[in-house]
Order: sequence, then C-alpha cells, then structure tokens
Amino acid sequence: MILFSLLEALQAMAANRLRTLLTAMGIMIGVAAVVLMVSIGEGTQKQVTDSIKSMGANMLVVRSGSHSHGGVRGGAGGVQSLTEQDAHAIALLPGALLAAPMVQSGVQVVYGPNNWGTTAIGTTADYLQIRNWELASGRDFSDSEMQSGMRVAMIGQDVASELFGRDDPVGRMMRIQQSPFRIIGLLSIKGQSLDGRSQDDAILVPLRTAQRQLFGSRFQGSVSFIMVQAVDDAAMTPLQRNIGLLLRQRHHLADKADDDFSVTNMAEVTETASQITGMLSILLGAIASISLFVGGIGIMNIMIVSVTERTREIGIRMALGARRSDIMLQFLMESVIITVAGGVVGIFAGIGLSLLASEMFGIWAVITPMPIVLAFFVSMAVGVFFGLYPARKAALMRPIDALRYQG
Amino acid sequence: MNAVVTLHGLYKDYETDAGPVPALRYLDLSIEAGEFVAIMGPSGSGKSTLMNLLGCLDVATSGEYLLNGRDVGGLSQNELAEVRSSVIGFVFQGFNLLPRASLATNVALPLVYQRVERRARRERAAAILQQVGLGDRLDSLPPRISGGQQQRVAIARALVTNPRLILADEPTGNLDSVTGREIMTLFQRINRDSGISIILVTHDLNVAHYATRLVYLVDGTIQYDGAVAEFHEPAPELP
Ligand SMILES: Nc1ncnc2c1ncn2[C@@H]1O[C@H](COP(=O)(O)OP(=O)(O)OP(=O)(O)O)[C@@H](O)[C@H]1O
Ligand SMILES: [Mg+2]
Repeated sequence: MILFSLLEALQAMAANRLRTLLTAMGIMIGVAAVVLMVSIGEGTQKQVTDSIKSMGANMLVVRSGSHSHGGVRGGAGGVQSLTEQDAHAIALLPGALLAAPMVQSGVQVVYGPNNWGTTAIGTTADYLQIRNWELASGRDFSDSEMQSGMRVAMIGQDVASELFGRDDPVGRMMRIQQSPFRIIGLLSIKGQSLDGRSQDDAILVPLRTAQRQLFGSRFQGSVSFIMVQAVDDAAMTPLQRNIGLLLRQRHHLADKADDDFSVTNMAEVTETASQITGMLSILLGAIASISLFVGGIGIMNIMIVSVTERTREIGIRMALGARRSDIMLQFLMESVIITVAGGVVGIFAGIGLSLLASEMFGIWAVITPMPIVLAFFVSMAVGVFFGLYPARKAALMRPIDALRYQG
Repeated sequence: MNAVVTLHGLYKDYETDAGPVPALRYLDLSIEAGEFVAIMGPSGSGKSTLMNLLGCLDVATSGEYLLNGRDVGGLSQNELAEVRSSVIGFVFQGFNLLPRASLATNVALPLVYQRVERRARRERAAAILQQVGLGDRLDSLPPRISGGQQQRVAIARALVTNPRLILADEPTGNLDSVTGREIMTLFQRINRDSGISIILVTHDLNVAHYATRLVYLVDGTIQYDGAVAEFHEPAPELP
C-alpha cells in the first residue's frame, strides 16, 4: 500500500511537473537556509571555543589600573601599579599554580630587507606554560637570560613567515626597535584569539629585557599584566578574591581607596562569549526556520489546490472501496515526497553555500552531520504537518459529494 | 430467502435552502441474487438517489436497507467503504476512469483497496480485460480509446473484485445506440454467466429490455414493478 501510494504520488507529481518543482523549491530554499545558518552558527561557536581553549585553562588575568564601571582606567599618568614581585607573591597563594608577569607593546622587527610591525611581550618562561603554548623548534628562555635581561626572543609563526619565509629562524639575529636580538625559539601555531586577532603575530622576550631595553622608561620595574593559572576550576573564585586581598595589602591601599588593579576570571569571560555565540546560532537558525515555514505554507497551498482539482477522482476512489485512511495516505505521501526531495536538494545547496561562504567571505562555517540529519527530518515533518490539513480535507469528503463535483 | 437488496420504507430527502426536498418516499423493494433489474422513470423521479443509497455512497433519511442481509444503516464511513469494496461494483455514465493510469491499473484499482498484492492485481486485471475484449490494450491510456471501450474498462473494473451486485447509472447514456447494445449484451452475459445481480438505470426502454425486471419510479415512489415485456411506458407529460 505504501509502495503503491508512493508510485501514485510520483505519477501525480509528474503530471504537474512545474508546479511540483516550484513547491519543492520553496522547501529547498528553506532547508538550504537552515543548513547554511546553522553551519555558520556552529562555525562561530567552534571559533570561540577554539580560541578559548588556546587561551589556557583556569586562567585569571590581573591588570594594572582600577576596573570600575566596566572600563579599565589607567592610574594617574599611566603609572603601572603591578610589579614582578606581586607576581611572585601571587604564585605562592594557595590554589595558584603559576603566575607570569608581563608587559607588552607594539614594536618594529627587521630582518634584512624585511620589516614587520608586531607585538612584543616581555614575560617569564611560565607564560608559555600558562598559555599551554608549545615550541615548534628551539628552546625556552634560560635562567641566566631571564636574570640578566639578555637580547633573546621567541617568535610566533606569523612573524617567522613574514621575516624568514620558509627558512628556519632559530639561531638567526634580527632587530627589534634597532637592537639586535638572537632568536632562540619558534612558537607553535596558536590561532585566533577571542577578539579575532592572530595570536601568532607576537614575539616573546625576557621580562627584564623588555623593561630595560625595549620599552624605554615606561615600565620601570612595573608590569601591566599578571597571568595566573589556578590549580583547578574550583580554585578560581577563592583565588580571585585572595589575589585582591593580597594586592591591596601589598600596595598599601587604604580601606576606602579603589583597587589600583583588576582581576578578571577568564572562565567567566569565556562563558559569556559562548553564551553570546550560542544565542547567535539560535537566532540564525530561527531566521532560517521562517523561510522553511514559508516553504511549508507553499506546500499546504498547492496541496489544497490539488485536492480540489482531484475531488472527482477522490469520489471515484471512494466508490471503488478506498477508506479515508487510503485517501489521506495518498495526499500525505505527495506532500512528504515533495518536501523530502526539496529537503535533500536543499541540504546539498546549503552545504555548497556554506563552503562558498567560508571560501569567499572568510565566514566560519562548520558542517556537522547534526543539522543535516535534522534538516532532513524537519523537511519530512514539514511535509506531514502542512500536508495533513489538505489530506484530511480530502479524506473527510463524502463520496457522494466528491463524485458529483464538477471540476 | 436469498435477497441481495431489501428495502423497507426507505425515505430520502435533500436539505435545500427552500427546505427539505423529498427524493424517495417510503420505498419497499427486494432484489434477489442473480436478478437483472432496470430502473426507469422521468427525470427527477429519484433514480440516481436510489442508486447512490444502494451503493452506500449516501445514507437514507429513514427506513431500512439490508445489503446481502446486513443492515447498512448506521455503519461508519470506513465500514461503508469496506462494504463497497467487497460487495458492490460501480459503472458510471461518464466512465470515471483515471485518465493518467493505464487500463490495467484502472481495472486493478479496487484490488489495491483490498490490499491485494501487486502481481496478483495485475494478473486479475489482465484476465478480466480479456473477458471484456480488451486483453491486448492493457497498457493503453483511457483517453486513447473509444467511449464504448472505456465503458468496457469500467465494467471490467466493477467486475474485478467479484462483487455480488453491479450498480450502473445510465451506463449507455454517453454512447451511441450500437455501442450501447454491445455494452448491454456484455451486462447480460455477465449476469447469466456469473450470476452477479445487476441494477441499471436507463431512460431507454430498448435498453431496459436486456433486463429481466423493471422498476418504474415516479416522484420517488414505485409505480410499476414487474416483467419488462408487460410494461407500457406512460406518454411523457407535455411541459
Ligand atoms: N444533491 C441534491 N440536493 C438537493 N436536491 C437534490 C440533490 N440531488 C437530487 N436532488 C433532487 O432529488 C430529486 C431526485 O433526483 P435524482 O437525481 O435522483 O433524479 P433522477 O431520477 O436521477 O433524474 P435524472 O433522470 O435527471 O438523472 C430531484 O427533485 C432532484 O432535484
Ligand atoms: Mg440521474
């Protein structure tokens, strides 16, 4: 019976090819939109989770300057309140694993004729551990290099390819702000950060080297950030509070004085970020669903026309013994075939568009099987849902009225 | 008693804007198995109404209808469909074939609703089409064949489920007299060979002569019920 209705539905559809095609197109566009939007949503979400992962786990960031009303306010005259000793003290707090002080600023780097503007980060060897950042080749800063502030650097992949192309940079000399530096290490690829900038466009130098030789008088014994890694997730919140207490004490702040630093819990930041992208995905999906809904209304419309046109045929079938369920199945089958066919084509169109979008516009689109399978079943459900009313209309006709109908 | 159709006080009126219009008034009628009955009567006398009730396509306002001894009053739509499928075969004035389906598919259609398997359907349809002289046209489409041939296909379709009763409302109404005679001969042969009861509506006394019994309706009541040969048609009233 199912097979028979299937064949009959195909025949009926073949008799109205253009109409069938246009109706299926409505569904196709809807499904394609869903697949495209969901894969863009997923892509964005994946991008965010990737950059969150690349940030390092269980991380707190301590900044110089007070953090009031959502904005970071620099201290008077841009004074940096944090020191390297603050970092050492924080590292000794219970629940803290590592603490890396850092300063950063834009610099020009030169190798032969190649010139590149990048960010120099002055920090300690702990920085790489906190960020979970591996070396692609070469080595880390040695203790003596850290102590005496020697001119050595580890460089990111972007800087390496700008200055050295495909050559191995390790062991070569380059200039940072005119001064010659030896490259001792090449960092592995880190990818984009949450704000969309490449984390590979950076060079690392010993903290003391940066303070004394690169950034002039701006950082005299002070640092702008301290990256702190907690032992685990549970330690984050107490550690955040303890850092606050410790630093107030160390900076001799009066009870009523504002903090001259701020502590950001990166877990909270990442949570907010993924909430936002999650909402974006839902929004995109919802917009696309509207076009699928419109396609469904198209199906309903056409099926109602089809039922009316074939009223007499319905009467004949009833006279020949068709039950209501038989008639119902016949029309439902038709709408489901149209939507599923439209859906399958739409899935491929959606995949194609997603690939095109990521190729041409650099939009992140990740195609996962979930939305594809979902789109298939949703289009089927659309066929059933929007076909149900016309099919019922057909099935509930009285045979005598249907037979008498003059089409 | 072996009655296929038994009517007791069958009454039918149609609801219209101007109030109920009576179409059949308290009919009593019994048709035995194997009978070939012609129903005649002036236009509007209720012939089609009676046929629709007999075919379980419509339900009476009151009265009793026993089909094959079973009271069909109060059956659900699905039960009525079941009765139509197993007991009755229809032949319509306008043939009512599905234009896009082959002759074999058209003839096999009632078997679909009996859940007969595909191969068996096709075999049975081919055999019946053979019987009505269209065994070589299985895959033709209805619009490609003559009216007489289409009506043969319709008769084959009515026969395919092996019904107890065939109902034909003016089956020769759309055919010329020669073709009409061929169709009537076919009905006669079916009635004689397989003992299927046939009830047929016609305006033509010549057509009625192929039947064994004639029922003449006027204004929804039976005016004559007896042998065809003894019936004298009243002169049509002048308008
Ligand atoms: N659907 C309907 N609604 C209202 N009145 C109807 C309907 N069908 C038939 N009638 C009326 O019922 C009466 C009987 O009609 P019916 O069609 O049974 O006559 P008939 O004998 O078949 O006529 P004809 O020879 O013209 O086919 C007529 O008065 C007709 O107007
Ligand atoms: Mg009539």
